[in-house]
Amino acid sequence: MKTTVLTSTALAAGLAVSAGAAAAQEIRFMCYSDGNECAVYDELLTRFEEQNEGVDVVVDEVPYQAIVENLPVQLAAGTGPDMAKITDTGGLNEYYLDLAPHIDTAYWDEAFGETLNWYRVGDRDGYYGMHSQLTITGPFVNATLFEQAGVEMPGEGATWEDWAEATRKVVEATDADFAMAIDRSGHRVAGPAVSYGAKLVQDGTGTFEGFGPFAEAFVGWNEDGTMARDVWASQGGSTYADAAQEFINGEVVFYYSGSWQVGRMDEQVGDFFDWKVVGSPCGPAGPCSGMPGGAGIVGFEQTEHPEIVAKVIDFLAQEEIYAEAAARTRNLPAHLGVAKAGVEFEGATPAAQDALTAFAADLPNVAPEAFAYQGYSGNRAMYGITVERLSQAIVGELSVEDALARMGDDLESAMSEAQ
Amino acid sequence: MLRIITPVMRVIEIPMLALQRLLGINRLAWVFLAPNLILFGLFAFLPVILNIFYATTGSDNVLLSDRPYVGLRNFVTLTDCGSYLDPNTCREDKFWRAIWNTLWFVVLQVGVMVGFALLTALILNRDIRARGFFRSVFFFPVLLSPVVVALIWKWILQREGVLNAFLDWTGIGGVNWLVQADWAFGWSVFISVWAHMGFYTLILLAGLQAIPRDVYEAAIMDRASAWRTFRRITLPLLAPTMLVVLVLALIKGVQTFDEIYAFTGGGPGTATTFIIQYIYEEGFAGAPRLFGLAAAASLLVAGVLVVLTLVQLWVNRRNVNG
Repeated sequence: MKTTVLTSTALAAGLAVSAGAAAAQEIRFMCYSDGNECAVYDELLTRFEEQNEGVDVVVDEVPYQAIVENLPVQLAAGTGPDMAKITDTGGLNEYYLDLAPHIDTAYWDEAFGETLNWYRVGDRDGYYGMHSQLTITGPFVNATLFEQAGVEMPGEGATWEDWAEATRKVVEATDADFAMAIDRSGHRVAGPAVSYGAKLVQDGTGTFEGFGPFAEAFVGWNEDGTMARDVWASQGGSTYADAAQEFINGEVVFYYSGSWQVGRMDEQVGDFFDWKVVGSPCGPAGPCSGMPGGAGIVGFEQTEHPEIVAKVIDFLAQEEIYAEAAARTRNLPAHLGVAKAGVEFEGATPAAQDALTAFAADLPNVAPEAFAYQGYSGNRAMYGITVERLSQAIVGELSVEDALARMGDDLESAMSEAQ
Repeated sequence: MLRIITPVMRVIEIPMLALQRLLGINRLAWVFLAPNLILFGLFAFLPVILNIFYATTGSDNVLLSDRPYVGLRNFVTLTDCGSYLDPNTCREDKFWRAIWNTLWFVVLQVGVMVGFALLTALILNRDIRARGFFRSVFFFPVLLSPVVVALIWKWILQREGVLNAFLDWTGIGGVNWLVQADWAFGWSVFISVWAHMGFYTLILLAGLQAIPRDVYEAAIMDRASAWRTFRRITLPLLAPTMLVVLVLALIKGVQTFDEIYAFTGGGPGTATTFIIQYIYEEGFAGAPRLFGLAAAASLLVAGVLVVLTLVQLWVNRRNVNG
């Protein structure tokens, strides 16, 4: 009896120790999905677990809001996950784990190029994030409405004014309600603003210099009914709102959003009408720029297993794995090798494949200012300020001039607090 | 039963007697109060103290140890105005827009709501047919979650909502209710009244039923008119209940957030942004997170609520003392 008790105790203790050892290898990956990303990563990481016995990567799928609002607080309190999929690439830099000691930096430089800088701030210029999905803003156009109206669609090199004029003609000739719509987001208006001459980042500092011409045009379009006023005026604060549903309903002729909406358009528009993606319109300042963006996977310094976290991210960064993830999640690749080889997006209809190809083709047109803005650590603050103040100008609470002055003041005080 | 309880009490008695001998009978009261004091201190006093710390420190760091002391800077930022009547002259114009919106909202919402609640209570106090049914109907919105209330009305009032569909059908033509500042504000007041009126109606109904019937019988014998009866009997005897309703509605009005936030998001522009939303957005939704400014604003709101509560206590005491 005594022997049995002792054996049981020893066995239990042994199990507890081994469980402890297993728990010591557990990596928590906080992930959000635009589509099926977390499920795909979960599957891919099973292969990693098979190759690395004793490592358990737990993919915790959370809503995007949790990444934006809860993750920074968790990191500040020291209770964050080991790694996460994030969009505020520069803003969370102080918490990032430098992967450099554990990865082949030459391979990463070659594979991810410019996007590596989006995760770097000031002196902290290590290897922090693998940009897992590249996005670019751009317009979706209802081709059927153009055809019904007998209006010729503006071609390559067309300006915002050209598109405004053409889409107004389409609205006059058809049942469509609005000529144009832009998502209520500071990120979305950044590309057009750059095309109108906005600088956004100068000498590593955020600025609204040169934002005036776009603000004037945008507020004017909302006042004269060219833009769907509901999108920007029916919300308060910096709340995000899109006009995808209006476009899907055939109410909007020209909808400026981004590559991540392709899946939704493909699924919900179906054969209701023909739609296509065109390049970002040009502005008076010259560039025909969209705004890059997307999400990346980073590790955090507070992890107890830095080497394993780096290995997990490096595994996902390998060309073969990355290409499979891009194909299965139908996201534009930031991996230059994968992009060069081309991606056959799994299950995409010809319309979706064309749209993704059109977005990819627009990437070389992105202005350097837009690239710099994406990597600027204060961009999230600037997005919020842009939305709040432009909305106030649209509804008439502030003149465009006052709105611009307030934007400058808000940015100054936000940056001084952030320091 | 007593046979079970007595031994249990004997067991408890032993340590209590020991404690009483150790502390003395007067100090023993603190032992009984301790659990409540600890919980109350942890969840009520500590957050207030933390709030004061946050209000007097700067930066966007969460940990107090990482936040530099800035004294009254956050309060100065909030109150730096050319004219308090014109938010455009204020450094933190959004704060003053929220203050004025809240003030107008409270005046309109409380006034309309208490008026309608009294009217409804008077009607429901009469011997009308299906009285129980109508009492339930008026109370029903109170049971709904604020987000449900907001979504229901959003579906009704959006550009392609039920109301506009009806107006289009009648030929009047729809209005883009949620894009025009005045309409959005007006509907916010209406929805808030609709959602909360039932609760105050119930309190007033209880107050009305507490008025002795013989007073009304005497009024009938004296051939007093209905208006005179209402003015000279009902209103004075209902005054204490009315006061409770008014103060509760005022405090709740100042705290308005969830349903209007879900309904309009505070827009168009800042037309329906109230003070609690301002605090939430500065502290939690924006980037960087201005915890100090949000904490300072919340202390100012707390100050207003304390004043309202003190007024309630003072008036109550005056009523009790005659």
